[in-house]
Amino acid sequence: MKKYTSFGEISDCLSKGEASCETIVNHYLDQIESQRDLNVFVEVYAEEALNRAKEMDQKIAKGQGGKLAGMVVGIKDVICHKDHGLQAASKILDGFQSQFNATVIDRLIAEDAIIIGRQNCDEFAMGSSNENSAFGPTKNAANPEHVPGGSSGASAVAVQANMCTVSLGSDTGGSVRQPAAFCGVIGLKPTYSRISRYGLIAYASSFDSIGVLSTTVEDNALMLEVIAGADDFDSTVSNEPVDNYVKGLGESKKYKIAYIQNTLDSSGIATDVKEATLSAIEKLKSKGHEVSPISFDLLDYILPTYYILTTAEASSNLSRYDGVKYGYRTPHAHNLEEMYKMTREEGFGKEVQRRIMLGTFVLSSGYYDAYYIKAQKVRRLIREKTQELLQQYDFLVMPTTPTAAFKFGEHSDDPIEMYLADLYTVQANVCGVPAISIPNGETTDGLPIGLQFMGAAFQEKKLYQIAKSFLDS
Amino acid sequence: MKIDKKTIHNLAHLSRLRFDDSDAEKMEKDLNGILNWVEQLNEVDTDGVEPLSTMTWETNQMREDIVGEHLPREKGLKNAPQKDSNYFRVPKVKE
Repeated sequence: MKKYTSFGEISDCLSKGEASCETIVNHYLDQIESQRDLNVFVEVYAEEALNRAKEMDQKIAKGQGGKLAGMVVGIKDVICHKDHGLQAASKILDGFQSQFNATVIDRLIAEDAIIIGRQNCDEFAMGSSNENSAFGPTKNAANPEHVPGGSSGASAVAVQANMCTVSLGSDTGGSVRQPAAFCGVIGLKPTYSRISRYGLIAYASSFDSIGVLSTTVEDNALMLEVIAGADDFDSTVSNEPVDNYVKGLGESKKYKIAYIQNTLDSSGIATDVKEATLSAIEKLKSKGHEVSPISFDLLDYILPTYYILTTAEASSNLSRYDGVKYGYRTPHAHNLEEMYKMTREEGFGKEVQRRIMLGTFVLSSGYYDAYYIKAQKVRRLIREKTQELLQQYDFLVMPTTPTAAFKFGEHSDDPIEMYLADLYTVQANVCGVPAISIPNGETTDGLPIGLQFMGAAFQEKKLYQIAKSFLDS
Repeated sequence: MKIDKKTIHNLAHLSRLRFDDSDAEKMEKDLNGILNWVEQLNEVDTDGVEPLSTMTWETNQMREDIVGEHLPREKGLKNAPQKDSNYFRVPKVKE
């Protein structure tokens, strides 16, 4: 039986007349139904997707199908899709319906993609395990006792477990790449500002990027090509022309690659992850790339910088959830102030409350300079140092995560332990540069391991090239 | 301890959140743990370094100031927990 694991396979079947969009959507709907226990989709648009599939079949028959005709896409529950529910996996947005489309949604619909549903995640994209969701945790399809990663955990599982062709997630500190690594799929976080954030629920605005999860590099590249680029509705989006990412993917070039020695010497790195990374480095060398060890003395400061700045931005961004304009409102309040407080107390989960509190603290009078401004200064140093390296080398290569997927509850008692899951992914967000996670073997227990390449700003094409050449050999 | 019980209550008020005693205690412990950890940043010499406050790679792009399509009032009010024909409704502000 055909599994339609990639858009390449779908296009092939469609052009040979071996399948229709309708059969493909039905296949994914069956997959979703038979794997309900993984808790991936918050809502499935079965009827709507089937109707659209029939429409696409007619368009394709007339030779009018767009670039994504036949691609079935799942959307993380943080991206606005007009007249559909949207909750950021939070009780505080109970019953919310989007009134407009995010720019990325407009663009993929314009190219004839079919949206099959919205996917679970950590509440407001805050988390590394999908355990912080009002809808309950999503499970890793490789082993349901393990987390899928987060915050775009369900978006990764949907691709891993063959429930859609491609997922759109969001990545503020690794939320696309870390679950991609845990689930054995490909995850790209593009350059900051490469994709419009219009219609993306804000977590930390100077870090947030929409990202793409897929089984093949080609699908990932094609999706980015469609959704990236200038947009009147996002004043921070880049006007750099969007590359043709798919064309020339197969070209094999020799690159200069560096790996940060201290990422491999860290006490937190698991043995099988370290070994897999070392053999990846050997493989890159054997393919003629120049790979050298370097040191990065600011490594330990990246995560603290990230947590000060993202919580500060989050405390401000999440002030809009007040029970007035939309979503949940407490039924118990007697006056306005009580209504704000009780709505937010009852509506937000514990991790979100913790980050709002921390963010409020670092922005508060008397502490602002010591924490917030200090972190902004260190951010500049980290970015300058990283940019220098990315001028000398084409890529930095490292494990995506220090360990493979952990078990549910394993890091629930200590927030810092959970934060360390993002040790290697946050650098790209702190610096605003693109990075991709690709599968790099498995642990002895059969859990996927990820390998991450980080590149200079707007070098997504090069990232796709190295990813493809690595995976193809 | 940077953060004591009083600070937690003050921060909770600023954040428009509320915690009962046991949650406040847990929050105090968590925040102090996180602050001790992030204070590693004090080891970094940042003398003379400008704070990095914007991540865009380009300067502001201005667009024409022309009237465009906006969310009509009914749609703006659609998701409100309480509303009347023109306004969001909230509990009484003044006695």
